Amino acid sequence: MFAQLTELLADFVERPEQGKLTLLVSTKTDASFLVHHFLSFYLKAGCKVCFLALLQSFSHYSIVAQKLGLSLTTAKERGQLVFLEGLKVSHDIFFGKQQSLESRPFQFISGDGSNLKALYEFVQTALSPAVGGDSWKCPVLIVDDLSVLLSLGARPTDVLDFIHYCRVTVNSLLKGNMVVMEHSSDDSEDEENELLVRALRHQSNRILWAEGLATGFCKDVHGQLTIIHRSSWEKKAEKDLLQVYQYKIQDKNVTFFARGMSAAVL
Amino acid sequence: MAALATGGPVRSEGVPTSFQRKGAAGGGGRLAVLPGTRPSLRRGQLLLSSGIPSLDSVLGGGLAIGTLLLIEEDAYGIYSNLLFKHFLAEGIVCGHNLFIASAKEEPADILKELPSPFLNTVSAMEEATAMKCKQDSQESMKIAWRYQNIPKLEVTQMTSSKCGHYFDLSKPLASELRQNIGWHGFFLPEETTLCHDISSCNMASGYTRLLHSIQKVIYQEGFGGSTPQKKQRNILRIGIQNLGSVLWDDDICCNENPQNIYSLTRFLYALRGLLRTSLSACIITIPSHLIQNKAIMERVTNLSDTIVGLESFMGSERETNPLYKDYHGLIHIRQIPWLNSLICNVSDTKDLAFRLKGKLFIIERLHLPPDLSDTVSRTSKQDLAESTKLLSSGCSAMAIGKKHLDF
Repeated sequence: MFAQLTELLADFVERPEQGKLTLLVSTKTDASFLVHHFLSFYLKAGCKVCFLALLQSFSHYSIVAQKLGLSLTTAKERGQLVFLEGLKVSHDIFFGKQQSLESRPFQFISGDGSNLKALYEFVQTALSPAVGGDSWKCPVLIVDDLSVLLSLGARPTDVLDFIHYCRVTVNSLLKGNMVVMEHSSDDSEDEENELLVRALRHQSNRILWAEGLATGFCKDVHGQLTIIHRSSWEKKAEKDLLQVYQYKIQDKNVTFFARGMSAAVL
Repeated sequence: MAALATGGPVRSEGVPTSFQRKGAAGGGGRLAVLPGTRPSLRRGQLLLSSGIPSLDSVLGGGLAIGTLLLIEEDAYGIYSNLLFKHFLAEGIVCGHNLFIASAKEEPADILKELPSPFLNTVSAMEEATAMKCKQDSQESMKIAWRYQNIPKLEVTQMTSSKCGHYFDLSKPLASELRQNIGWHGFFLPEETTLCHDISSCNMASGYTRLLHSIQKVIYQEGFGGSTPQKKQRNILRIGIQNLGSVLWDDDICCNENPQNIYSLTRFLYALRGLLRTSLSACIITIPSHLIQNKAIMERVTNLSDTIVGLESFMGSERETNPLYKDYHGLIHIRQIPWLNSLICNVSDTKDLAFRLKGKLFIIERLHLPPDLSDTVSRTSKQDLAESTKLLSSGCSAMAIGKKHLDF
């Protein structure tokens, strides 16, 4: 969790907002630091988190989380975190053991015409409140890189259906939050992915858009982050609120500053 | 050469692999027992060399175990093949196991054509000269007394640049070295066994067979970590040549809307899963310029770890350009993985070029050739000015820079 980013987003660890869809977009850069931020933010806030890690292994997220002062293993043991490791779970599907229960969320890869329903059901069971009632605050669903689903052969409409179902369950019924990572660029020729990003941009409440510098590479400024707060009738805001910052990623933290105000330039 | 002749078992001690533990006394412990690897303490990873020390330094020390290096082939596939062979040859020198997959050449033939390393003779010589320099400088320092306390930069650079081995492209690898390693070959035309029993997951049949073959090797030989390895723990280097070309039963190179657009990406995802859970590293060369549908390449990028693009000057007008006369092509580091940390090691320059210097393959910073003539004629200077413009328009990022100012 990066304190500065929390401040910029006007989030509070004690009282996270509810029912919001946050879209993280990266253009020509790796914006995974945003995923690490939201993962640690919601775990620290005491939310129940379901994390669909499609792109990296558990150890990667765990080591980075440790640097941010958080243990994913303990969170998992306490039942606060439900971690779906795509790279591991899909193994059974690729290598013939079709029937295992663990790999059911990835059934769609096997090409038997099944869609992402099983994945949705996984999310639903992970986040629905236990019968006895647990002490966690609102549920949160985090997806690291939705575009992996497209690479694995899911159709964009299926992915959008999946997001819609998740929104109904997580955002509306359970009053929880969703954070979805995507990458996109203007000159991309991946039509399906761009369709997905456009549709998500249309429906999300908050967009964090990280871009690499247009002029190329710089040692002291790693990129530019645009934060778009979509106007909502609840807040009676008329215009979308747009903030632009540049950032520098450090070993355990990320610093944000106004454009052109990098310490190295001043 | 004595170490060469004695061969196998002594090799790990005999040959001074440049990969020496940095924090020998401190941490690392369990990780550092593997030959030919070097722990990166800050990021909790084990690195191995790509076989080209200058590429290692550009990639931040080497390739992490469990990751995938994707080489975008140059137009004729000559230099990408060199990188491929260096990677495998480095594995042989370090005593790693190899898995060679190809649809074009017999793996055994590839193995025969690997370049031969410059072994201790050279490194010993380097060390000797370094020592000599040191002694010489100590003696001659008496005159220049004010420089006495300045640390000897060259010597430290010498040791740090000794990552990996240097290979001599003109000599094939000695057969004694080859005999002592364990290797597996996958030659697609010979893999005739049709696998009806295994699920194909809608992949092209070449990919499915390759995937199952790799999985079998990893689990039978115990690289997966679940079953203990019989002897010493070792690393598997996987090399896959020309993945995605027509020979692999895939039509992404001849059709913009291929029958199965997900074949390659599914294969890479499954391979990524295998690599991440085992002691292995993989190099893939891919003819990206042939792939018709650019969307596939974007997805492939997303699913691989390190991506290096090669652009040779062969056959292009740059071959005769005075600016590039020292080089054989440009190398683009397109992606460096962000593993186990928030930041990644980016080298401070993006303008890199490669050349074959004698028998060595070297990557270095692109720069203008030195102006050696006493009286520089105006015309040749203008020539260079023209080509400098060409250089900056070559980097697309620079071109945008003219219109756009970040800060």
